[in-house]
Amino acid sequence: MNTGYTFVEKALARAAGVESARAGAILDMRPDLIFSHDNTAAIRRIFEAIGATRMSRPERVAITLDHAVPAPTTQHAQNHAEIREWVRLQGIAHFFEVGRGICHQVISEEALILPGETIFGSDSHTPHFGWLGAFGMGVGRTEMAALWATGALWIRVPESMQIELNGHLRPGVTAKDIALKIIGDRTVGGGQYRSIEFSGNTLPTLSLDERAVLPNMMAEFGAMNAYLPPDQAVFDYLEAKRTRDYTPIYPDADAVYADRYELDVASLEAQIALPHQPDHVVNLSEAVGQPVQQAFIGTCTNGRLEDIEAAAQVLRGQRVRCRLIVIPASSQVLLAATQSGAIATLIEAGASISTPGCGPCMGNHMGIPAPNEATISSANRNFKGRMGTADAPIYLASPYVVAASAIKGAITDPAEFL
Amino acid sequence: MTTHRVHVYGDHVNTDVIFPGKYTYTLKTPEDIAAHALEDLDPTFVSRVQPGDVIVAGSNWGMGSSREQAVTCLKYAGINILIAASFSGLYFRNCINQGILPIVCPGLNTLLQTGDTLEIDVTNNRIIAAGQTFNFTPLSPSVQAIIDAGGLVPMLQMRFLGYVDGYVPAGGKE
Repeated sequence: MNTGYTFVEKALARAAGVESARAGAILDMRPDLIFSHDNTAAIRRIFEAIGATRMSRPERVAITLDHAVPAPTTQHAQNHAEIREWVRLQGIAHFFEVGRGICHQVISEEALILPGETIFGSDSHTPHFGWLGAFGMGVGRTEMAALWATGALWIRVPESMQIELNGHLRPGVTAKDIALKIIGDRTVGGGQYRSIEFSGNTLPTLSLDERAVLPNMMAEFGAMNAYLPPDQAVFDYLEAKRTRDYTPIYPDADAVYADRYELDVASLEAQIALPHQPDHVVNLSEAVGQPVQQAFIGTCTNGRLEDIEAAAQVLRGQRVRCRLIVIPASSQVLLAATQSGAIATLIEAGASISTPGCGPCMGNHMGIPAPNEATISSANRNFKGRMGTADAPIYLASPYVVAASAIKGAITDPAEFL
Repeated sequence: MTTHRVHVYGDHVNTDVIFPGKYTYTLKTPEDIAAHALEDLDPTFVSRVQPGDVIVAGSNWGMGSSREQAVTCLKYAGINILIAASFSGLYFRNCINQGILPIVCPGLNTLLQTGDTLEIDVTNNRIIAAGQTFNFTPLSPSVQAIIDAGGLVPMLQMRFLGYVDGYVPAGGKE
């Protein structure tokens, strides 16, 4: 019997229809689902230019309007209109309108991808789907056009890196702090072109909302994909909506890893990434007191129910001193946070709530900072100009830290509000 | 052997400074996309770049977004070869799909300065710079075939149309 395979070697062999594969092999893969978002109209133009007429498998295509919603300009509105027309013309099975939410969150909620399966998205945070034990990888728009047309794409099977997390997080410390710690220790190139495969006894103690943060943020580590071993909590989450059977994939106990990183999370403090790179990470205590003019809670990284409730826990009975923008990752999150009372708590504290989607994360709209204004954000990237203004520093932290900082208008340890 | 003027940059240059995200859903023509190349990294690049120039960078060039304009903005500005100590995985694939040759060759960005020249011998996989010779690993034949076709679009046009129609990918979205 063959042994010693990593998750990614097994998952890509399955998707390529071959018996086995090792790192370094180049395979033609047929994914279980492919998706795009506001970039769909541009992909359509490439698809038409190559002479293709019909999508090879429209029943396995998802499209979500999320990056600039509701449309902020006539050009953006025209872009959305072209996408809706394309969905009708091609009979695309899974289309999600303005306000339904961010692609990664919505596809997870709809159980359109399942453990052991393979998903490509024209979005760099597609490693996100490792939270449920799937292989997820971002591709460019030309590759998405090729996938629509042919249903297949070549991949070089990556080497893998094992990240072992042990211990229980302290209250107020989250998966976001784990992700920032990893990236800070090993830099933004630490997982370059690797499959990041998590293990350790911390994972089952994390809620599903928190688990998603880890593979999502591995995009900032240079990873090709990331993976958490799925357990019963994942299977239960998917059960109500799934439309096909699946077989979870786990790495062999003797799998060969190119690199390893180990972290005891029990002693981890809250972390923060300083401008202008996600690996400029320090303990929160080193940044406390820095003034901020804007706070933002949302995105595919930290816009889920638990994130909104963490903010509400901090902000209950408080009043923000700088503007606080809260954008739930999906309509389901917004509804649940409304029903739980978290949204009311946030509004009473002075927060502004906006339509589910990506919000100001990549500088399209809904919270672009003025020059020299600092933002503290629960997002994933703080590159120069990321939020639309070059000279506007961005700090990255957990929703607890963002909420506490909004109260003081300066970077603040949430401990005093918990 | 061909001679090229170089533009030199450091490690971990990200796609937001190569092509800002705020333009990704609005700029469409090659001219408009090229006009914003490296806007938040090197605002003088666009006025200095000449066709045939190459970029020489450190490790992890192009980390971040999947947006293809981070490659096409350089392509439309006249860059056909990028040299880096390493590339982000997504950026590397986007280069190949646009017919831009990504050469992995560590050590050059600390040896050269913007405005210097180097020589590239793609037949023998070597670069001559500052009096030294650097060898690089060629792409696998199946990947090189995409570059040789001019990128993934012309390659697929041959498959679906039977000919290449000279299409310039319209700008876009990522």
